[in-house]
Amino acid sequence: MSSLYEEISAPPAGDVPVRRVTIDVNGQARTVDVEPRLLLAHLIRQGLKLTGTHTGCDTTSCGACTVLFDGRPIKSCTMFAVQADGHKVETVESLASASELHPIQEGFKEKHGLQCGFCTPGMMMAAKALLERNLNPTEDEVRWAISGNLCRCTGYQNIVKAILWAAEKMRAESN
Amino acid sequence: MALDEIKIGGMGASRRRVEDNRFIRGKGNYVDDIVLPDMLHMEILRSPVAHARIKSIDVSKAWDTPGVRLVLTGEMMAARNLAWMPTLSYDTQAVLATDKVRFQGQEVCAVIADDPYIAKDACSKIVVDYEILPAIVNPLQAADPASVLIRDDKENQPGNKVFDWEIGDKAGTDKAFAAADKISKIELHYPRTHPSPLECCGSIADYDRATGKLTVYMTSQAPHIVRAAVALVAELPEHQIRIVSPDIGGGFGNKVPIYPGYVISILASILTEKPVKWIEDKTGNLISTGFGRDVYLKGELALRKDGRILGVRMNTISDHGAFFSDAQPSKFKIGLMHSAFACYDIPVAHMMSTGYYTNKAPGGVAYRCSFRVTEAMFFQERMVQAAADDLGMDQAEFRRINFVKDDEFPHRTAFGFLTDSGQYGKCLEIGLEAIGYKNFAKEKAEAASRGRLLGIGISTMTEPLGAGNSREYDILGIKMFDSAELRVHMSGKALLRTGAKSQGQGHETTWAQIVAHELGIPAEDIVVEEGDTDTAPFGMGTYASRSTPVAGAAVAMVARKIRAKARKIAAHLLEVSEEDIEWELGRFYVRSNQDRGVTIQECAMAAYSNMPDGMEPGLENNAYYDPPNLTWPFACYIAKVEIDPETGVWDVLQFVAVDDCGVRINPMIVEGQIMGGLTEAYAMANMQYITYDEEGNCIGANYMDFLLPTAWETPGFELYEVVTPCPHHPIGAKGVGECATVGGPAAFVNAVMDALKDKGVRNIDMPLMPNRVYEALTTGKDIYGMPPVRVGN
Repeated sequence: MSSLYEEISAPPAGDVPVRRVTIDVNGQARTVDVEPRLLLAHLIRQGLKLTGTHTGCDTTSCGACTVLFDGRPIKSCTMFAVQADGHKVETVESLASASELHPIQEGFKEKHGLQCGFCTPGMMMAAKALLERNLNPTEDEVRWAISGNLCRCTGYQNIVKAILWAAEKMRAESN
Repeated sequence: MALDEIKIGGMGASRRRVEDNRFIRGKGNYVDDIVLPDMLHMEILRSPVAHARIKSIDVSKAWDTPGVRLVLTGEMMAARNLAWMPTLSYDTQAVLATDKVRFQGQEVCAVIADDPYIAKDACSKIVVDYEILPAIVNPLQAADPASVLIRDDKENQPGNKVFDWEIGDKAGTDKAFAAADKISKIELHYPRTHPSPLECCGSIADYDRATGKLTVYMTSQAPHIVRAAVALVAELPEHQIRIVSPDIGGGFGNKVPIYPGYVISILASILTEKPVKWIEDKTGNLISTGFGRDVYLKGELALRKDGRILGVRMNTISDHGAFFSDAQPSKFKIGLMHSAFACYDIPVAHMMSTGYYTNKAPGGVAYRCSFRVTEAMFFQERMVQAAADDLGMDQAEFRRINFVKDDEFPHRTAFGFLTDSGQYGKCLEIGLEAIGYKNFAKEKAEAASRGRLLGIGISTMTEPLGAGNSREYDILGIKMFDSAELRVHMSGKALLRTGAKSQGQGHETTWAQIVAHELGIPAEDIVVEEGDTDTAPFGMGTYASRSTPVAGAAVAMVARKIRAKARKIAAHLLEVSEEDIEWELGRFYVRSNQDRGVTIQECAMAAYSNMPDGMEPGLENNAYYDPPNLTWPFACYIAKVEIDPETGVWDVLQFVAVDDCGVRINPMIVEGQIMGGLTEAYAMANMQYITYDEEGNCIGANYMDFLLPTAWETPGFELYEVVTPCPHHPIGAKGVGECATVGGPAAFVNAVMDALKDKGVRNIDMPLMPNRVYEALTTGKDIYGMPPVRVGN
């Protein structure tokens, strides 16, 4: 507890069931009580206050809510928080360290891979999942990897360039 | 020595964007990211049917749900005179339905609760008894006198017609048609679509009873218009209203109008005395907020044998949904549709437009478009291609013959606009060269030998971007100027605020570049703020590609005012008269001795510490800019497509874009705008539309029915550039944000039609989905896209 005084909230109205879950979020174990119907995206955004993960469509279509779940990209608007119990979740907030951007972040800025910025966190997480299993993707492989993520501003061309730029930088760094 | 403009991030620098620093870290601040203490959450119950009388509403079970703080109905709104609100087109729109629902998705009740899940739960417990009425889903039904009257709430509304509007010279046009060698006719439908920014609409209303101040954080492209409208609708004093547009997740025109959700959240906050957050879901956004297009055209061109266009006749019928809430300048009922054919030298033209109410979502916003210019240019370029085909003339040659030539500016168009600059022929030739137009016949024959159909489609157009001037353009009577305010601090760093509002266009980056260009202050030393009506100067917001033409001009003008004052300070510091001072980027110097000079930063310091006797201290100013004319960018888009006749699937083999948007402030951002616009053009041509079944059910209510292209389908685009500076804009720039969305669709459609030319098919209405192309190919018949949609289409 961080504050000296915290009001004990009233018990949940009626007989709302609550489940206690522990999720590794960005390398930190977070233990929370959640209603079983709470969506993972909402836990991340409202509960854990990691608002970089966005919700765009509610139907698993747009990918703005993409996070990594045990390293795989998933759409957190279509997973319940309870399903993440005991699993590892990475959000956009995990990409940069205090002093350094992730090459994917640098690539998006360098290649103008974003405009309004709303799809960007999901795009970057999808890109991260790709580059973690394939550091030398073709343009088609990049396009396929982000085909679950919609962007309305950029037309994708610069996003693809950004990811290829990042891949190149990561290859150079790993050598 | 003058500074290197590119190095300081001035005009022409592809400066990396300032706003990216927060977006790539997930640290943007969108409306749903904002959390206020004790905030409540609002959910809207929407009508499941398109047209019905409300017999009763039972909200008791919603009220009984633990955690619910307020349930609002139309009756409760009516008791506060808020059941209806004015639209931006001088109509009225229901905030919460009282008598009837008039489209599927209309707002019926609102629940305010401790938690969004509870609010949703409670909504599902509201029981509304509807008496179903027949639904009208296209303007032909609406025009039928036997049809049900949709707007029986209005006095003096005998039928479903919204307006008749006419422009041009009817008698002269009739004469031109009588004298024509050939008349080319085509009927087209630009289908209803939706801007669909990824982020939906939302607001947090926060009314403070103690101070009487209302603060609303909301997704608005035009916060000052909202402030004015809230003052009118909610009868709150304007100085006690603060509208804040935080980061916006895409707008494209969808976030210009004032939606019921905003108004309800404001009332809910006043009643509960707590902040109330409303975040729309995607279905709510798609079925109830401002759509784009939905216009039918009967177009005719009077032609001379040699290819000259002698006259233009356009009759449009438009579908405005249940309320006429187009966001557009008030003089023009069908937007700037009459900008059609502005790039062609045409003696005479006439247009008749009729708008109708239907039981569909209201709107007709300028979806990435300068007020119906998208329809105008699509119709124009489809008519041009059909005419070239009718004359048996090459489509590029036909355009060449009819273009306004470089030395014919200023040019008065047949519909009365004044175009002022362009090199249309040059742009076309660059495009033709890049696409390999000369070799196309060979390529087409080669593809035919493989059983594939090849087509090439051209779209050339100049469009009016950047409303005002204020003589002709206003919204609700407010003139369409814009503004900028610049404060240069004593260290020479600066704060710039404008009346525009970026939704991804990168104003924080480009506005600073204009100041850098005018003052020589490095762009990184200038912070840009927009979107807070308590701090930003009054402006009309960002849409219709008007930011650079209007607010961008205001930025240049305010910087020039600052420079004029700095010049006086420089004269004082250098102890010479002002006339003996010269300016080079970032520095004033003595004409007779260039080594003797002071930098703009030194002038700034002196403005606070060593000003001349009698001079007002400080170095800040503002500028309100009323443009003398619209800006007229030109674009030539050419698509080469290949159709597989076995499936009707078409692939884009190559796409060439030649854009002349005048001087480019930040080429990287300009190109980003063009690529994004072309993707939306491709989307509309290929898949992205909204239709309705005969009961008025919206088909396209989520991203599984309303298709948007992904990175996988979207073709690559080759970009080329021509620069014809705008003669009246302070830095020679023209609008560009929408050119590609406006001009792009016709290039794709013309290409597919070119491929089908020999099959007896003259038109397929957008979107050109494979089943439509296949059906046209196999039947040799045109495909008409008017709803109700056929099953399986």
